Amino acid sequence: MSDVLDSYAFELTLRIVCVLLVFLTVPLVVGQMEHKAMAHMQSRLGPMYAGGFHGWAQLVADGVKFLQKEDVVPTNADKWVFKLAPAVSLLPPMFVLVVIPVGPDLVSQDLDIGLFYALAISSISVLGMLMAAWSSANKFSLLGGIRGAAQLIAYELPLVLCAASAVMLAGTMSLTGIVEAWEWWWLPVQAVGLFIFFTASVAELNRPPFDMPVADSEIIFGHMTEYTGLRFALFLLTEYAGIVVAGGLITAMFLGGWRGPFWDVVQIGEVYPLGILYTLLKVLAIAFVVIWLRVTYPRLREDQLQKFCWKALIPLSLVQVVLTGFVTVVK
Amino acid sequence: MPGGTGLLKGLTVTFGTMLHRSVTKQYPDVKPELAPRTRGVIALMEENCTVCMLCSRECPDWCIYIDSHKETVPPKEPGARARTRNMLDRFAIDFALCMYCGICIEVCPFDALFWSPEFEYSEYDIRELTHEMDRLREWMYTVPAPPALDPDGEEPAEVAAAAKAEPTFVEAAGFSAAPALAAAPPPAPLAQATAEPAAAAATAPAPIAESGSDAAAKPAASEPDHDIGEVQVDQATYDEAIAAGLPDRVARAKAKSAWVKKARKGLL
Repeated sequence: MSDVLDSYAFELTLRIVCVLLVFLTVPLVVGQMEHKAMAHMQSRLGPMYAGGFHGWAQLVADGVKFLQKEDVVPTNADKWVFKLAPAVSLLPPMFVLVVIPVGPDLVSQDLDIGLFYALAISSISVLGMLMAAWSSANKFSLLGGIRGAAQLIAYELPLVLCAASAVMLAGTMSLTGIVEAWEWWWLPVQAVGLFIFFTASVAELNRPPFDMPVADSEIIFGHMTEYTGLRFALFLLTEYAGIVVAGGLITAMFLGGWRGPFWDVVQIGEVYPLGILYTLLKVLAIAFVVIWLRVTYPRLREDQLQKFCWKALIPLSLVQVVLTGFVTVVK
Repeated sequence: MPGGTGLLKGLTVTFGTMLHRSVTKQYPDVKPELAPRTRGVIALMEENCTVCMLCSRECPDWCIYIDSHKETVPPKEPGARARTRNMLDRFAIDFALCMYCGICIEVCPFDALFWSPEFEYSEYDIRELTHEMDRLREWMYTVPAPPALDPDGEEPAEVAAAAKAEPTFVEAAGFSAAPALAAAPPPAPLAQATAEPAAAAATAPAPIAESGSDAAAKPAASEPDHDIGEVQVDQATYDEAIAAGLPDRVARAKAKSAWVKKARKGLL
C-alpha cells in the first residue's frame, strides 16, 4: 500500500486531480459571487430559487441549461477552428493554476520559472479568442477579436513590467520562492505595481470596464457572438477561471500568498489549512474587487482604453521598476 | 488626476448599496401591499347597469362589449302605457386591450363600474383575458367601501327625499335624518345601492323587477341587496376555491357571489 502511496504515478494523479478540482469549483464560486454581489450592489436579490438556499445552485442550473442547447456551427465558419477555440481559451488558466502555491511546498508543480511560465501560458488564451473571432465568419466576431488582440498587446507590457518588479524584490521567478521571500514592507513599495498588475489583469480578461472586445451594446458579444450552448459556456468559464488565476498570481506576487496572522499555527503533515484559507480568501477578495469594478464603472472607449494603458500604466510601471531597483540595492 | 474622486465616489455608492437591504419584493411568495384603491381591475355592479353604453363608447380602446335586448314591462296601473326596459345580456371587458385609464368608471352615470384592487387574473391565452359579466360581478366584492361621508356635510338630496317619504326605512338603512350621518361606512355594494336611489334601481335588470313595481316614493325598497341583508361567505364554494388553489381574496369573492346568487333564488 505504501508503495502505491509513494509512487510517482499516484502523486502525479493527486496533483492533477487537485488542480482540476480547484479549476472546476473556485470559478463557480466566483461566478456565484458575481451573481449575488452584483445583484445587491444594484439593490436586487439575484438568484433565489435554484438549489433552495439563496439560489446557490444557479450556476449548476445554468450549466445544465447550456448542455441542453443546440450546438450551432455557422455554415461559413471554419468548422475545426471554430470548435477548437473554446478549448484553446479555457485550458491556459488551468495550466497556470499548476504553479500557484497555496502553502509552502503545497503547489501542484513548483517551477523555477513559475511566473514566466504563468505569463507565457496565459497569453495563449488570446489565441483562442482570435481563433473564435476569425473562424466565426462574422464581422462582429472579427471586430471583437481584433480589439481583444490590440488590448492584450497593450496591457501585456505593464503586466510584465510589474511582474518583473516583484521578481526583482524576491530574486526568484518561482511563485513559491516569491511568497517565501515576501515581507510586509513590500506592500507599500509595490502598491503602484499591485494597482497596475490588477488593472492590467482586468483588462486582459476583457472584464468591464475594459470589455471593449465583447462590448455587447455595439458588437453583440465580440468573439463569442456565434457561439451557443456548451461552447459558449466554456468561454464564460474561461472568464471566471481567468479571474481566479489572476487573483492567484496577485496573491502570490504582491499579497504574500498563504501568509497571514497565525498561518503556521495549525499543521497537518506538510499542509497548513490556515495558509490555504488565507490564499483562498485573498483570491476571492480580488475577485470581489473585479466584480465591484464591473458594477461601478461604464465601459471605456477604445481610444480611452489604449490611452490609459500607454500614457498612464506603462510610464507608472516603469517608475515602479525603477523604485524597486532602488529598494533592492539599498535594502 | 482629474476625476479620481469621482471614481472613488462611484465605488462607495455601489458598496453602500450592497450593504443596504434590497428593494426587491419576492412577489409570488410575498404578496405586495397595495394601496386600498389600487387600480387592479374593473368590476361591474351588474344590477346598476342600464345598458346606456356610455362606457363602451367612451372607451379609447373599445374593449367593452355590451349586448342587450329590450323587454316590455306591463303597465303599472290599469290604463297606463307599457314600458320597455333594456336587459343586459352580456357585459365583457377585454383586459388585453384595456389600458386601465378608468374613463369607463368616470363616465358611468349609474355607479355600475368600480376599480377593484384585484390584479391576479393573468391567463395563458390572450383570448381568455376577455372577462365576462359573472367574473366582473365577482370582483365587485373586492371593491373597498367608499369613504365615509363628511359628518358635518350636508345631507345627500336622495337621502333627504327618501327620509321625507319613508322615515323609518332610511333610519333602518343606516342614515339618520339628522345632518350628522352614519359613522361607519357600510360595505361597498350595499352603500352604493343605498345611497343611489330610484334611478339605478328602477331600471335595474331581472332580479329586482318584481319589487320595482312599487311607487317611486319607496326608492330603496327595490334594492335587492337590502332584501338579502349582509352578504355572507358561502362556505362550500369557499372551500372548493381554496382547494383549487385560488388566492384567499378571490376565493372569498367567489364565495360571496355564490351566496348572493343562492340568496336571490331563495335557497337559503
